[in-house]
Order: sequence, then structure tokens, then C-alpha cells
Amino acid sequence: MLVYANPANFLRLVERLLPAVTLLTLVLFGLGLGLVFFVAPADYQQGDTVRIMFIHVPAAWMALFIYGVMAVAALGTLVWRHPLADAAQKAAAPLGAGFTLICLATGSLWGKPMWGTWWVWDARLTSVFVLFLIYLGLIALWQTIEEFGLAARAAAILTLVGVVNLPIIKFSVDWWNTLHQPASVFRLGGPMIDASMLWPLLVMAFAFTSLFITLHIMAIRNEILRRRLRRLSLRVANQAELPSFGKAAAQ
Amino acid sequence: MRLRAEGLSIDRGGRRVIRATSFALEAGEALLVTGPNGAGKSTLLRAIAGLLPLAAGSVHLAPSAGFDRDASLSERSHYLGHADAAKAALSVRENLEFWAALLGSRNRPAHSVEEALTRLDLSRLIDVSAGLLSAGQRRRVALARLLMTKRPLWLLDEPQNALDSRALDCLLDMAKEHLAGGGIIVAATHTPLPIEPGRALRLGGGP
Amino acid sequence: MRSALAALFVREVKIAGRIGGGATVGLVFFLILVTIVPFGIGPERQLLARIGPSILWIAALLATLLGLDRLFQADDEDGSLDLLMTSEVPLEILVAVKCCAHWIMTGLPLVLASPFFGALLAIEPPGLAGVGLSLLIGTPALTFLGAIGAALLVSLRRGGLLMAVLILPFTIPVLIFGVATASDLSGPEGPGFQPLMVLAALTLIAAVTGTFAAAAALRVLLR
Repeated sequence: MLVYANPANFLRLVERLLPAVTLLTLVLFGLGLGLVFFVAPADYQQGDTVRIMFIHVPAAWMALFIYGVMAVAALGTLVWRHPLADAAQKAAAPLGAGFTLICLATGSLWGKPMWGTWWVWDARLTSVFVLFLIYLGLIALWQTIEEFGLAARAAAILTLVGVVNLPIIKFSVDWWNTLHQPASVFRLGGPMIDASMLWPLLVMAFAFTSLFITLHIMAIRNEILRRRLRRLSLRVANQAELPSFGKAAAQ
Repeated sequence: MRLRAEGLSIDRGGRRVIRATSFALEAGEALLVTGPNGAGKSTLLRAIAGLLPLAAGSVHLAPSAGFDRDASLSERSHYLGHADAAKAALSVRENLEFWAALLGSRNRPAHSVEEALTRLDLSRLIDVSAGLLSAGQRRRVALARLLMTKRPLWLLDEPQNALDSRALDCLLDMAKEHLAGGGIIVAATHTPLPIEPGRALRLGGGP
Repeated sequence: MRSALAALFVREVKIAGRIGGGATVGLVFFLILVTIVPFGIGPERQLLARIGPSILWIAALLATLLGLDRLFQADDEDGSLDLLMTSEVPLEILVAVKCCAHWIMTGLPLVLASPFFGALLAIEPPGLAGVGLSLLIGTPALTFLGAIGAALLVSLRRGGLLMAVLILPFTIPVLIFGVATASDLSGPEGPGFQPLMVLAALTLIAAVTGTFAAAAALRVLLR
């Protein structure tokens, strides 16, 4: 595992893995969407709009999962100073924001026919919205601090402070009276939805996860390449300006 | 007492600025770190002071009297950086008494402000707002800080900046006295600084 | 160690008192935020009285956060921060002392002024007392959380707005329970004290989280 800490090794790994995970993502989405539209039943009351759930719920799981990934990367940055951890953090933030936005948007589209409103400030929606704001704040932080290592460390600390939001989101539907429904899958006593809906849901969840992995390793790769480019440009600038220090600058 | 650095490597701004540098100093010795601008002199001092992390290697200061056994190197060094750490809104006395309280401890009482200022010829300015001082005067206030509490290791980054020749003599006197008392000095400078006995460490390659 | 903490506290208070600006500007900003609300939503007294506590809370929140960006920057600029880190006193405790001093000099004036500004929003005296007490308990939380932002952006000279963006999401629970406390304390059925308990708990949690996160940020971001 540690050998992939070397960015060059990681890039080689990505080149080998990328076609495979891309294919896996496409297959899982194909399978998942097939199950969603042909196996899962329409709801007694809601009709076909219930199928939004198969996008909304996996997106929500991803929003939390990606934050978890970011938190682990943050530990990598702060505790082990792992060079790839910085890139992994930076790459995960926009992806997390994207999935959270999908979750909020699909939730809103689903809520209008089901609850009669586009939005309500109950505990679950509020805490997920706060998660979205935290993601946006992290993206802003990455863009504002120019020095990469510094930005990584600042983002790492903020990410770890924000981890407290995850259990709040998860348990908000249990602790407070919310309009959002309580947990149906991840609960003590096992999932309480029917297999005909559980399986499409799980397959879609795997599809989303595979999508995230694909996009994430691509983004990390891009970040590594971007930094290489920057280092090379700096080197060129150094050598042009101080010819007598050429030896020192070239190190 | 001894200061030992082994295989220090320090990164700054993503670049490796110091590579595998080692040195050892006994009580009463001084190390003069020289090199062109950007060579990493300040970085080395800040890393020894514990303000920057080490990418590799280690630096140890053997235990000293008057300190807890596990007191860190930071707590046993006086760091004199480029900035003078003197608040403009406070008087010279208030600044120095603050640092004496913050950097001292119960078993190492501070010297009086008056003594320190007399040494550096700042007695007239004792109740003057630090914001009204000239650069040289502020630098001397920073030096007075070193006299307020005793710490065995002095890390001086271009200490002679903004000092006139009389103040410079005073600085050299202070340094001599510190070394004679068993202290250690690591000083970074890009102009010659006659602190004796001194060894030299040159950074940055080049002639 | 006690003398070091007392020395730091006295120094912070002296500097804040002499430089001025900080507390006064914060107070004026608070006042302006409060006064533009009637201009924005109309002067109907019943409406103002109903949302008054919320307006005071939002104004206090913004005034506190935007006034915190210099908490560590001034010390970073003149090299004091480096020296604070070489003290025998743990950095966390020094950060906590700085936050306390900052709250007393800039947060407390807001709390004390809130009953008077609340009168501008047509809040009745029981409501004013409720808001004042909720701000008294809740604004320290804002200071401690804001310290995290101040520490993260210590080397960025223009961080004010970004700092608010980063920390505001974390202050949302404080805002929610602060306003709930204010309404609860002055409610017609008499105070239930539950929101007040939660608010106090949030302040304590923020005090611990804030000092440790800010100190960690200062250590890790120093260069």
C-alpha cells in the first residue's frame, strides 16, 4: 500500500485501473437502472415517482461516504503527511458537493409530490444542507490558499471539525420529529424494505460508489499532473533568473 | 549540555530547502549559519525552534538545569526572528514584562526590566510606546527579551539587523556572556558576525 | 503558569482597549445590521417584535465572526505567535485565554447593547431580557468557533469573508438554539429552560473544540 504513496507509482496504478472501474461503473448503472425500472414495483400511493428514491438515497449515502473518505485523507495529511492524501482530499470535495446537491435536488423533486413542499427546515434536511455548505467552504478554501501543502492542512483540520455533522445527519431522523422518514435500511434489526426494492437500491448504491471511485482516481491523477506541471514551470523560471544558482535550483 | 542535529531535512513551500544537515555543539559554543538569501538559514532556525516540522532527521538538546526533564527544545530556546514581537500599543516595559511572564517560569525568575534596558541603553525609553521606536530601538527591545529570562539555547536570525555599531558591540557582549555561562548560540547571518568561539555552517551551495 | 495566563489576558485587554476600533466597530456594525431590518421589511411593530430576537442573533453572529479575523493575524505579523509557541504554557490554553479576552472586549459589549438595540425592534422588556441572556450564554460559542476560522486563515491577509463562509455552517446550531432560548425565556407559558441547557452545552462544546482545533491549526499552518 505504501508503495503507492509515490505519485509516479500511483499514476501507473491509475492507468491500469481506470478502464476497469469505468467499465464496472457502466455495467452497474446498466444493471441498476434496469432493476429500478423493470423490477422495483411502483408505489401504491406515489406511482412511478417513487423511483426517484433510487437516485436520491444512494446520492445521500455517497454524500456521507465521501465526507468519510475526505476525513480519512485529512488524517493522512495531518498525521502521516502522506503526499497523496492532500490530492485525495482536494479531489473529493467537489465530488462530495456534487452528490450532496443531487441528493438535495432529487429530494426536493420527490418531496413536492409526496409532502406538498419543495423544502422544509427539519433536522435531516437542515443538517444535510449544512453538509453541503461545509463542502462548499472546503472548495473555497482550496481555491483561496495558493500554497498546496498549506491548503491541504487547513482543509484537513476543517474537515475533521466537521465530522461531527455526520452522526447528526444519520441520527437526526431518530432524535427529532422530522418530516423526512426514519431510517429504513441502516438500522438495528436490519432493513425493513422489501427485497424487490432493496436489491435495486443496493445495486444503485454500488453503481454510485463505483462512479465515485472512477471520478476520484481520475481527479487525483489530474491533481498530481497539475502539480507536476507547476513544479516544472517553477524550475524553468528559477533557472532563467539565477544562472549562477542553477545547480542549487535544479535540486 | 549539548545540541545535536542529525540528518536534518526540511521542506518549505514544497521544496526541500535543507538536505541531510548535521552538526553538534557543546556548551559555550556558537554556530554561525551563512549563505545567500533563500538558502534556508531562517528555515533551519525555525525548525530547530520547533516552529516548522522536520521532513527527516532529528535535533536534541541534552537536559539542562532549571528545566523539567521533558521540557521540549522550544521551551528551552530563545528564538529571535526577523520580527521584533513588540506590540505598538504597549510600552517597552509592558512588552518586556509580558514576555518575561510568558517565557519564564516559577523556578527561573525573570531579571528586572530596568537591568535589561540599562544593558541595551534603552532606559530612557522604558515607558515609551513601542510603536514610536525606531527600527534599531525595537531590535534592541527584542534583544532585551533574551535577558529577561534564562534559556540555554539562543536561536538568532540576523540579530544584527538595524543595529548601529554600539548596539552591535552590546549584542556581541551579550553573546559572549551567554556562551561563557554555558549557553549555546545558533545564529544565521549573511554578513560576518564575530561571535567567538564560532563554527561556521554554510548553506546553499555556491562558492 | 498562572502569571503567564494573567499576563496574556491583561495584554490582550490592554491592546484591545488602546487600539480601540475593534469593539466600537463591532458595536456599530451590530447597530447598523439591526437598523437596516426595519428598512428592509417595513416598520410594522408586531412583525418586528416577532422576528426581533432572530435579527439580534443574526446580527451578533455576523458582527462576531467578521471581527475575529485579526485574532491571530496581529500576533503572526509581528512574530509574537512564534514566541507564544515557545512558552511552557500549552498553546491550547493560550488560545483559550485569547478567546476569553476577545469575547470580553468585543462580544460582551454586544450582549450589553442588545437590550437597547432590541428596543429598536419593538421587543418588549421580557423579550429583551430573554434575548440578552441567550446572547450572554451563546456568544462565547461564536467566539470559540470563529477562532477556528481565524487560525485556519492566519496567514491569509484577506480572509474575512472566507472565514465567515467556513465557520457559519458550524454556528447554525448555536443560532437555532440561541433564538429558541430567547423565545423560551420570554414565552407566555414561562421558561422551560430546555433550549437554554442545550445552548449552554453548545457553548461548552465549542469552547473545547474551538481551542483544540485552533491550536492544532496554528501549529500545522505555521511556516
